[in-house]
This record gives sequence, structure tokens and C-alpha cells, in this order.
Amino acid sequence: MIPEIGHFALIVALCMALVQGTLPLVGAARGIPRWMALARPVAQGQFVFVAISFICLTYAFIHSDFSVLYVAEHSNADLPLIYRIAGVWGGHEGSLLLWILMLTIWMLAVTVFSRHLPEEMVARVLGVMGLVAVGFNSFILFTSDPFERLLPAAASGQDLNPLLQDPGLAIHPPMLYMGYVGFSVAFAFAIAALLGGKLDATWARWSRPWTTVAWMFLTCGIALGSWWSYYELGWGGWWFWDPVENASFMPWLVGTALIHSLAVTEKRGSFKSWTVLLAIFAFSLSLLGTFLVRSGVLTSVHSFASDPKRGLFILIFLVVVVGSSLMLYAWRAPKVGLGGSFALLSRESLLLANNVLFTTAAGTVLLGTLAPLIVDALVAVGILGPTNKISVGAPYFNLVFVPIMAVAIFFLGVGPVAKWKKAELPELAARGRWAGISAVIVAVIMPFLLGHWSWLVSLGILMAFWIIFTVGHSLWERLHRSRSDRGWWGRFAGLPKSFLGMQLAHFGVAIFILGVTVIGGYETGKDVKMDIGDTVEVGGYTFRFDGVMDTSGPNYQASRGIIKVFKDGLPVMELNPEKRVYHVQRQPTTEAAIDSGFFRHLFVALGEPVGNGSWSVRVYYKPLVSWIWLGCVLMALGGLLAISDRRYRTLARKQREMLLSGAEQKLPGAHPNPAMTRAEVKS
Amino acid sequence: MMRFLIPLVVFVVLVGFLWKGLALNPGEVPTPLLNKPAPAFSLQELKNTGQKISPANLRGKVWLLNVWASWCVSCREEHPVLLRFSKTGEVPIYGLNYKDNRADAMRWLQQFGNPYVVSGFDADGQVGIDYGVYGVPETYVIDRDGIIRHKHIGPITVDVWQNEIMPIVRKLKG
Repeated sequence: MIPEIGHFALIVALCMALVQGTLPLVGAARGIPRWMALARPVAQGQFVFVAISFICLTYAFIHSDFSVLYVAEHSNADLPLIYRIAGVWGGHEGSLLLWILMLTIWMLAVTVFSRHLPEEMVARVLGVMGLVAVGFNSFILFTSDPFERLLPAAASGQDLNPLLQDPGLAIHPPMLYMGYVGFSVAFAFAIAALLGGKLDATWARWSRPWTTVAWMFLTCGIALGSWWSYYELGWGGWWFWDPVENASFMPWLVGTALIHSLAVTEKRGSFKSWTVLLAIFAFSLSLLGTFLVRSGVLTSVHSFASDPKRGLFILIFLVVVVGSSLMLYAWRAPKVGLGGSFALLSRESLLLANNVLFTTAAGTVLLGTLAPLIVDALVAVGILGPTNKISVGAPYFNLVFVPIMAVAIFFLGVGPVAKWKKAELPELAARGRWAGISAVIVAVIMPFLLGHWSWLVSLGILMAFWIIFTVGHSLWERLHRSRSDRGWWGRFAGLPKSFLGMQLAHFGVAIFILGVTVIGGYETGKDVKMDIGDTVEVGGYTFRFDGVMDTSGPNYQASRGIIKVFKDGLPVMELNPEKRVYHVQRQPTTEAAIDSGFFRHLFVALGEPVGNGSWSVRVYYKPLVSWIWLGCVLMALGGLLAISDRRYRTLARKQREMLLSGAEQKLPGAHPNPAMTRAEVKS
Repeated sequence: MMRFLIPLVVFVVLVGFLWKGLALNPGEVPTPLLNKPAPAFSLQELKNTGQKISPANLRGKVWLLNVWASWCVSCREEHPVLLRFSKTGEVPIYGLNYKDNRADAMRWLQQFGNPYVVSGFDADGQVGIDYGVYGVPETYVIDRDGIIRHKHIGPITVDVWQNEIMPIVRKLKG
């Protein structure tokens, strides 16, 4: 009965989405207030019904109802409770349900935080999101119903893929989807603005916090996925340029460009058509990601059950959404106008350069990801000769991606100190001089201190310290110039949150680069066969293999290695890597044992038994590896700090008051007055 | 204002590739064993542990090798189809019980019926590895000379049986 309720709730949600996607949009076009007013209640209702549906599926998982096909395929009675819940999004159907749940959560958020927006805008934004919801809802109902029954019921379930039975992966998809789907808000704002013909600084200010929040979730989601593959896949890498990873990385790159572009549109009114285009791209790439993962056109280590029928549906959906948005763009954007002018060297031009670089980077990732597909298609139509399926690997991505990012990092240091409108080269050089010189000195010396010198390491350190020194410099300048008579801490706390957020996020980039660089240059590891009592020395630590004992968990059996670690002859810890075999799927998984310190990880994984109690063992010393994820966390925190800026709240209040007093909506930002501009030069 | 159309044009080209990619159906993983002799094995029969099953003994007839397991949900989907068509006697179906538990597998056949002439018991999946089993269920069509002529991945539906498998079987039988 419960699954049927879930199914029915989803049908109701689809009907509500149909209403939400049509009437408010028509109402906004024709000026019918009652139709526009439908948007909020219908969106909230849709959230309620999708939530009911989701809860029903979760209930079926918790109670191991194997008469539901999807539950039988992805769960098992022996599965611990947390993974029975995580199993809800452990497969195709359920993860789509999670997708749509996230979408309705975002819609709910829009209905709550849009009190200060004009009715027309709200109606259009929710209308566009309603249309997206129609697409996904019907995708679930027509091709991927999670509530399909299996009669007679299976005696026991097929179990969740053992690789997914992990706390990191239990929260990775919700985070990632929150980010993916979050770009639908920025997208809806862009389409609403195109429809209404009002693309101005106000629009940018409205969509900015939404974009930043979505970007934060995406950042955390990608970092979690990377962390998971680091410790679960057993070979200690943190990024594989796998198509599915790329699918999440492309929206991130474009989303990053969008955040910066929105800043210019808000402050200076420039880049309007470019910003709109980025908003469309960011969401389109999220959809494309869904297509790539769900259709199975590309093979990947993540390969979920895929079905060409589903692929066709998503492709058609993609064509409708992206195609119509781009047509709307081609029709409306020429009338948008240019906004404030700026000189060849100015903060605008530097931000533009960075945006172009980020978009190019996303383009190269897209090309690399789709290359096998493109080659296949060209072979099929006879343009290319028959070759084997090609796969574009890490070497391609590192070769094209690193140089683009190196240039972008250079601009990252200069951009925040350049003036809006027109910057002077001598002044810029004077301000960046000390940071540049210091970074070069550190980049030359530091590799020697770390062990040995190499170009790549030196370049990485140069980029990282270029960021650290420019961030430090502009903070110092700000504090120094502040005329407040409060102490240093008081002055620091008095700085605008958006400024601090930006600096924190940029600092996070530096930390991330340091992690990547140092692990790339100084990681040491050995893959050895060890008898009981054998020792191996890695990174100044001695590892002694004391054998393997059998152990078991709730739904698996495991061989647990006992490895004692010594430093300078003294025992410091014991590590217990495991090799697990799960009862149902018989798939072995590797649980690495990691001693995580701030400056280094000790990573031990069991390979295979090689007879007589000896095993092949992988031992790694990984310096600074945790900084990779620390950097991502700092970036996300930077975003959080930026949206807590007072100006969003005060502006919202002002706008509300203006609306109430019936004043004409002319907001600062669209035509910045001199006072405003002076204030902004500092930010 | 042609430049505003550029994104649309790029997108249309991209969609062309994606559409072509879908039509190519990459789910059809080519087996390197196609048109090669079926790998030899000698397995205990599932029911009768004293008996062995081996492809060498099946020379001279066209037969199907169906990989199945009691833990496999898709196998339950194709099971009624196999059962129905095994009764026509057009082609014998031999089972490869893959990475399974003997008692579970026997109970499964008792409960849902047995379409197989016999099933080989491949507990550790070694034979499956030789055949390049990609996912369960899978079905191989093997000709009189012991050559693999076709491989179907995923459950067999009535449509697959009538329009994919049987035409090949009939051709092989001459």
C-alpha cells in the first residue's frame, strides 16, 4: 500500500508541476495577478507531494519491502539501517527521485526567500522551475518508476553495491544533486529576465546568492566524491578524470565563471548577455551530466544500470530545455545593451579574462569527455576509418587543463586589486610587485627544503604563494586604510563579509594547489609482498606486517591486516586495512587504513593473499593530501561568508519598503551613483 | 546579430553527436570471443554432483548457454520466457549457474521451474571469467562446431527470443 501512495503522490506532483509550469508564466505575460499568485502555493504543494513520495520509498527500504523491485535490487535485510536509507539513492530510479526532491526543495526556498521580489519575477522563476519539474517528473513516471512491484516478492534483496556502503558516499549524492539542481534557480532567474526583458543589475543581485549557495553545495559534493574514491577504491588517487567526475566538474567550472560574471553585472551592469549565457550553460551542463550518467552513452567506473530508452528521453528533454533557452537568448539578448564601459585594463577586463579561461577549461573537459562518443559517431557515418573505441585519459586533461588554470591563477591574484572601469598598469605592478617577488623566491627555495626540485612542483608552489601573498597584501591594505579606531580585530571584523568571503575562497584555492602539488611531487609508496614479520620503510616510517585475521561485519566477511608502524624504532600506531567480501554480491572491496594527520597521511591497503600467510600490501606516505579537501572546504566557506554579507539583507529590506510605498523600482547598481562607485572600488 | 546564434549552433552539433551515440547502443559490448571457439570447461552439474557438463560433449548441436544465478533479479524477469520457449524444444538451453550457492540455486529451480537441460555449477565464477561474463543474465548462441555465434547481455524478452535469438539459431541449423 505504501509504495502505491508514493506512486500516487508523484502523479499528483506531476499535475501540480504542469499547473506551475503554465499558468504563472501565462499570467506574467498577460498581466493576470491571480494566475501569477498561483506560483507560490502550487510550488509548495509540489514539494509536499514529492516529499511524501520520497518518504514512502524510504519506508519501503527501511522495512525491506522486497515486493518493490527497486528495493529488491538495491537493498538487503542484513544491510545496516543507514545504508538502507542511503540505498534509496543507490540506483537510477531513486537517485532521480532524489533529484526531483532537491528541485522542489529549491523551489520551496524560492517561495520563502522571494518576498521582496516583484510578483511577475516570482511567477516566471517558479514557472520555469515548474517546467523543469514536469520534465523530470514524467521521466520518472514513464521510464524509471521506483515503485514498480515485484510479484511474488523476492525472498531477499540483491543488496546495495558494496562500494556504495560507505558513509562518505551516503551523503555525496545529496550534496552533489543539491548543487546540480541549485543551478536551476540561477537558470530560472536568467530565463525569467529574458522573458521579461529586464536584464539589469537588480536581476544579478537577486540571482547571486542562489548561485553561490548552489556552487557551495557542488564544491562540497565534488570534494566528498573525491575523498571517497581516495580511501575506498584502494589505490589512493583523488581524481581520475572519469566521465562521471567530469560531468560534475563542468557545471562547477561554469558555475565559478558565473559567480564572477554576476559580480560584474551587479556592480557595473556589464557582461549582461554573457552572464545570462553562463547561467544557461551551468544548468545545461548539469542536465548533460545527468544524460551522460543515466543514458550509458559513455562507459565509466560508475556505470549504473543504463537503458537507451531513458537516454533518448533525457536527450529530448535536453534539446527542449537548452534549445529553447538558447533560442530565447538569440532572440532577446541583442536588445539587452552593453552596460558600463570599461578600459582594456580594468577589473572588468580581468574578470572577463578569467571567465573566458574557466569556460574554455569547461570546454576542454567537455571535449575530452565526449571524445570517445564523437569518434564513434564519426566512424559510424564514415568520416573516420574504423578504429577501436578511444578513451581520453588523465594525460590529455592534465596537459590542457593545467596551463589554462595557471593563467587563470595569475589573474586571480591581480583581479581583486585592480580598479573598476580603468586600472593603471604601473599602479597594479606596484601593488603586485612584492607578492610576485616573494612568491618567486618561495617557489625557488621551497622544493629544495621538501626534498628535490622539479619544475612542476615549483610552478605549483609559485601559484599557491602568489595567491597567498596577494590575499595577504590586500587584507593588510584594507586593515591599514581602515580609519576605524578599533583594534586590529575590530577592523578585521568590520570588513565587508563579501570581501572576506572572496579572500577566504581564494585562499582555499591556494591550499588546494599546495595539496595537489606536494602530493604529486613527494608522495612515496611501495607495493610489496610481505610475510608475517616483514618490514618495509616508507616516508621515514617502518611498517611491520603482523599477519591477517578473519573478522566479519553485519553483511560481510573480512580479512583484517595487522600492521604496526614504527618511527625511529618506537611503535607509534597500528593500522588495520581490510579486504571485505559482501555476502550477497560477492564483490570484494578494499578498505584502506589511513592515519590522517594535518601534514601527511599514512595509507595502507591490502592487495591479494599470495600464499603461506603472506599478502601483497600497498603502503603510501602522502604529504599534505588532506589539504586538497581542506582547500575545497575553505572555498565553500568563503561562499557562505559572502552570502552572509549585510548588503543582501539591507537591500532586500529597502526593496520591500520601496515596493510597499509604491515607489518606482529604480535600484542602486543599475546606474551606480558616484558615492556607490567609490564604495565599490574598495570591495 | 548572428553572434547570438553561435551557442545554439554549437548545441545543435553537440546534440547530433549525442543522438548518434545513443543510436550506436554502447550497451552492446562486443565480445572478443564472437566467432571464436567457446572456451572449454568441465563443471559439476548443479543437481547431479557426480556428472560433469562440458561443451565438448555438445558438438554437433546448436545450443544456448544461459548464465544465471538465484541472487539475480533480472534472471527472474527472463525466467518465464526461457521456460515457455524451452518447451517448444527448438533449441536446448544449458545453464551456467554463476557464483551461486548450490542449495539456493536448487530451491530457485524448484520454485520457478527448470528450463535447462542441465546447469553447470560455477561457484567461483572461473568459467564466467573465461567467457567474459559482463553481467547476469547473459546468453550465448553456440553452433555445431562449438563456435560462439552470438551473445545477448541482459534478460531475454519474448521479442529478443523471437527476433534476435531464433533467427540466428534457425540459420545455424540450416
